[in-house]
Amino acid sequence: MKSSERENKETDKSEVIVEMKNIKKSFNNNHVLKNVNFTLKKGENLVILGKSGTGKSVLIKCIVKLIEIDSGELFVFDENLLDLNEKELNEIRGKIGFLFQSGALYDSMTVRENLEFPIQRKSKGVKEEELDKLVKEVLENVGLINTIDKMPAELSGGMRKRISLARTLILKPELILYDEPTTGLDPITSREISELILEIQNKYKTSSIIITHDIKCAQITANRIMVINNGEFIAEGTFDELQNSKDEIVSSFFK
Amino acid sequence: MKKDLNPIADQKAEKISPEVKNKENSFATSLKDVFIEVALISKFAGRYFKEVFKPPFEFKEFLKQSYLIGYKSLALVGITGFIMGLVLTIQSKPTMAEFGAEAWIPGMVGVSIIREIGPVITALICAGKIGSGIGAELGSMNVTEQIDSMEVSGANPFKYLVVTRIMATTLMIPVLVIFSDLISLYGSYVGVNLDGKVSFTLFFSKVFESLDFIDLLPAFIKSFFFGFIIGLIGCYKGYNSKKGTEGVGRAANSAVVIASLMVFIIDMIAVQITTLFT
Repeated sequence: MKSSERENKETDKSEVIVEMKNIKKSFNNNHVLKNVNFTLKKGENLVILGKSGTGKSVLIKCIVKLIEIDSGELFVFDENLLDLNEKELNEIRGKIGFLFQSGALYDSMTVRENLEFPIQRKSKGVKEEELDKLVKEVLENVGLINTIDKMPAELSGGMRKRISLARTLILKPELILYDEPTTGLDPITSREISELILEIQNKYKTSSIIITHDIKCAQITANRIMVINNGEFIAEGTFDELQNSKDEIVSSFFK
Repeated sequence: MKKDLNPIADQKAEKISPEVKNKENSFATSLKDVFIEVALISKFAGRYFKEVFKPPFEFKEFLKQSYLIGYKSLALVGITGFIMGLVLTIQSKPTMAEFGAEAWIPGMVGVSIIREIGPVITALICAGKIGSGIGAELGSMNVTEQIDSMEVSGANPFKYLVVTRIMATTLMIPVLVIFSDLISLYGSYVGVNLDGKVSFTLFFSKVFESLDFIDLLPAFIKSFFFGFIIGLIGCYKGYNSKKGTEGVGRAANSAVVIASLMVFIIDMIAVQITTLFT
């Protein structure tokens, strides 16, 4: 192998944030992920498009080991997730932000306490003023500084998603996993959230996997789209490439 | 060939109807499920003991839970305790009067409340109020992915949610039992004075004359176990609840049922152990 080729290959490898090889996952007789292979590169927004119940959420939950895979290889930040102990896994999780479909805000805590919770546990001994500054900074970034002392029950669906995103951003993650970020929101708020995802990518230089069946969200946020059906990827490309696809399932998303 | 070897047994086997076979199978499955549940609860308890001594400690959450479990239950425990003492006295008064033993009422009521009724009734009330509350709270946190969210952010949800709650119930239930016992005795004092006149000092001196150290200590110790089991079952059911609103309801309900049953089982064991030393 020529030295320049080897150099390119090494650079490519260092740029890969997530790599899945032949991943399989079943729940009893329900084969949710059949043979999943993909890579996510640094700084990339990868949208995984698929119908409900095709294994999209299971796929990203495997990346943070909330769900364990049955077989295959899974590398996150060059670490084989299956070989990690609890401490090492938590270190990897510290670099990942996860936006849950429901927002998953802690409903017994105020917005401020929700944002302080992960940082207090990750960075021990962080000063009160420093914490206050961080909280206000991320809240300003999502445009909701006035909600700082509100309870999650007092917020609308879109606001909850934004606060949840702020809670993810406070840990300064390198990779963000979005589980259906626009589900249940009106078209205007959906667009705002999609634009916020794009803004975060540009501002924080994060890599993201966005699980969605919202084609507008995919159009705004995606650098690359992969279409999943029945636990397998059936198409890959940019938005424009897939828009002209002849495949019946793929084209049905763009109608 | 096989039939020739044991024809009678084969005939018997043929006579067993499918309904009986199904019943036997379902009984075996239920029994298996019970053993699996016991094993899982034991594993959960094992994890609690592993985590409880390991830093970092969630003191703030522990204090908050102690306040919610202890202070917020005082009114309920106090009212039931008062009624318990009052009713016990009113019910036993006519029978005691028949034997001319009215003077023994404070002692009798005191021993029954301190030894048995106080801890058990308080624990049952707490199993209903606190056990179901913990089961429903953790269950709904599980359903809305809040527990997953804590785990993903690198926090330890078991330590934050489970360890603090079990510690709080273990330490607060004995305090509630003592409080309930005292209010019950006051209820009994009121009951005695409904149609008579006994001074406060005389009533309580009669109560404490009848009590020995051996009456107080086992009752106090077993209330720690009641508290532990109420917290453990509530947390186990909530933390492992199935997804959906039905799962939350089931978690709250089964937390109360199992915790109440366990209170009686622990009480039975405690009585057996106490009798060995008396």
